[in-house]
Amino acid sequence: MSKKPTKKEIQTTGHSWDGIEELNTPLPRWWLWTFYACIVWGVAYSIAMPAWPIFASGATPGLLGSSTRADVDKEIAKFAEMNKAIEEKLVATELTEISSDPELVTYVNNAGGAVFRTWCAQCHGSGAGGNKGFPSLIDSDWLHGGTIDQIYLDVQHGIRDPLDPDTNAAAQMPAHLDDELLEPAQIDEVVQYVRQISGQDADAELATAGAEVFAEWCVSCHGEDAKGMQEMGAPNLTDAIWLYGGDVDTLTTTIRHGRAGVMPSWSYGTTEGTSRLSEVQIRAVSAYVHSLGGGE
Amino acid sequence: MSSTEPTDDAPLYEAREPIFPKRISGKFRSLKWILMSVMLGIYYITPWIRWNRGPALPDQAVLLDLANRRFFFFGLEIWPHEFYFVAGLLIMAGLGLFLFTSALGRVWCGYACPQTVWTDLFILVERWVEGDRNNRIRLHRQPWNAEKIRKSLTKWTLWLLIGLATGGAWVFYFTDAPTLLANLFTGDASPIAYTTIAVATATTFAFGGFAREQMCIYACPWPRIQAAMMDEDTITIAYREWRGEPRGKLHKGQVAEGQGDCIDCMACFNVCPMGIDIRNGQQLECITCGLCIDACNEIMDKIGKPRGLVGYMALKDEASERAGNKVVNIWKHVLRPRTLVYFTLWSGFGIALVVALFLRSPLDFNVTPNRDPLYVMQGDGTIRNIYTMRIRNKHGEDVTYRISATTPDGEADPTLTLSLEGQEGDTVTVPADQLYNQRLYLEAAPRSDLATTSRTDIDIWVEQVGGEVPVKDSVGTVFNGKEQ
Repeated sequence: MSKKPTKKEIQTTGHSWDGIEELNTPLPRWWLWTFYACIVWGVAYSIAMPAWPIFASGATPGLLGSSTRADVDKEIAKFAEMNKAIEEKLVATELTEISSDPELVTYVNNAGGAVFRTWCAQCHGSGAGGNKGFPSLIDSDWLHGGTIDQIYLDVQHGIRDPLDPDTNAAAQMPAHLDDELLEPAQIDEVVQYVRQISGQDADAELATAGAEVFAEWCVSCHGEDAKGMQEMGAPNLTDAIWLYGGDVDTLTTTIRHGRAGVMPSWSYGTTEGTSRLSEVQIRAVSAYVHSLGGGE
Repeated sequence: MSSTEPTDDAPLYEAREPIFPKRISGKFRSLKWILMSVMLGIYYITPWIRWNRGPALPDQAVLLDLANRRFFFFGLEIWPHEFYFVAGLLIMAGLGLFLFTSALGRVWCGYACPQTVWTDLFILVERWVEGDRNNRIRLHRQPWNAEKIRKSLTKWTLWLLIGLATGGAWVFYFTDAPTLLANLFTGDASPIAYTTIAVATATTFAFGGFAREQMCIYACPWPRIQAAMMDEDTITIAYREWRGEPRGKLHKGQVAEGQGDCIDCMACFNVCPMGIDIRNGQQLECITCGLCIDACNEIMDKIGKPRGLVGYMALKDEASERAGNKVVNIWKHVLRPRTLVYFTLWSGFGIALVVALFLRSPLDFNVTPNRDPLYVMQGDGTIRNIYTMRIRNKHGEDVTYRISATTPDGEADPTLTLSLEGQEGDTVTVPADQLYNQRLYLEAAPRSDLATTSRTDIDIWVEQVGGEVPVKDSVGTVFNGKEQ
């Protein structure tokens, strides 16, 4: 070994720039074997695993039968299995008791929040702040009641959902002009009265006249004190919260043409025997909504 | 270097030529032994150092707790949101490499790189089992017989044990070492631990035992990057050709007329773990480990010539010395503007990190306003804003905090009411070493300025209740009202 010449004959490619020659160094043999091993691995992998595209039918399934879709199904099944105990607990627990169980609170925050963002946020907003015609779920005002039991009922059967016979709030705001119940002048008067009792600028003269119209036509649902009736779904007209708007134009439109907001029933399926949301989901989302700050 | 034009029968690939580094002793070899013991010692022992952090936290001095996303380093505890410390350390590592490479060349490769250190250890084992260079060459050339099989098996077994210890030590950094060790033997450790140990063992065995210099020459990008960072003042190892040439054998009793100091004894080549001849000049393979210097100095001592035929020097020294100038002390090359700039940057980052470390508050507090919706109109006209408040208690014990809201001047606003979701009063108790989320409501009285202004700056305060030095902190946020 020690006799070996240490100045190896080194080949160049013949290229030379400013006296710098490009060497033509052979590859190390292990590198070549690694290269072959990679080719073998690649071929074997494409046989063992799903790899080659097949027109219109996905790809070759591979000998090992691996499938990422099946893996996802397995993961979902695994998590469903893991959640089973808490879901059973949620169904078995009184709705009013959920908020005092930290484990259930965590669950409804996550699971109920996911249901809310998937199914409810389109109308009520992702932060549950509501939109015109779709009530805020985090304020102090509830059309049908803000207890968790009432929220649960509303989610379960919806509001005025024609598909669900058990739906809530059969009453609705009549179209007083279209149905020839009131004259336009009477409507203008009652609009001013409603503005007066809700602490907004109003024409006192018209409002006084409007009080009589109100007493005759409105108190049956909105109450003598105009504070609404939750069993009718009739809103409080004396507070600062307006579902459609408290300005003269909107109030006039509301009284002339009526209002009948609809919320789907979530326990009622689009086909017989199905349910849009499961009992667990309905309970979770009800508890979630109740926990957002407006719940009573 | 002699070179030839390409020929058609030139080989496209070639086998690794085994290298049998000879045992040597000397200044740099001793330094390498010391560094090797220190670094391997640190690596193997560190996970076993205990550090009392109380009952709630692990008592391992250095622990990368990936599951809980905490990094413990003796008295320090780094949370994930403090990852900038790690980023800072990485920047320091980068600048440190610039500094060391521009000043000392490939000193990392020669002394500190794990590939070098473990290869050195594996060669030590090999030498211990099979003997020194000549014995190993003989063994390599002889056919497989009982002696060769026995020695090879012994060597491989020892290598495997080292590999196992290496891979084993690695996983101890990520979980409690004594528990994991027990679990490893009873089979209760996680599959990830076993897989990691298996991979680390296999790579240590293969890279230290067989691949060795091939990793540096073909696999590692670092030598190539370093080449771009070196200049003619960078310290490297070179052969003083002006002194050594023409080389020639020295025969006893003869005076070597017209010969240089190099007696062509091949000592420098025989000890080289990279299998190169330093007399061929600067080479990509050279990791500047200094063993050839030790080897040559030993020979120079024997033949009564001055040391330093092979030595650490800067590239520009070669030309200067050839021209007859005095040999320059290598440390004069180290201090130059480039290295000083690197050092300044490097130490600047270091100081900034240490300062940041000491300025860390034992409390992290932030408040995020809920932007959907911006505000909630309550029935009586009250405007409510919803905030998410996060308190991270870095004390080792539960702490109660009082929360309050003020104007940016620090004054209380009578129209503003603060309440905490699910809490009585204005205090929250945050468990030790926990991140605590709390929903916070601020309510502005009907028709107050806050309620009718679209956006008002406010401060939320958190103040420790009790404690020797109560911690107090505030963050600025906004209150959104309904503009009228």
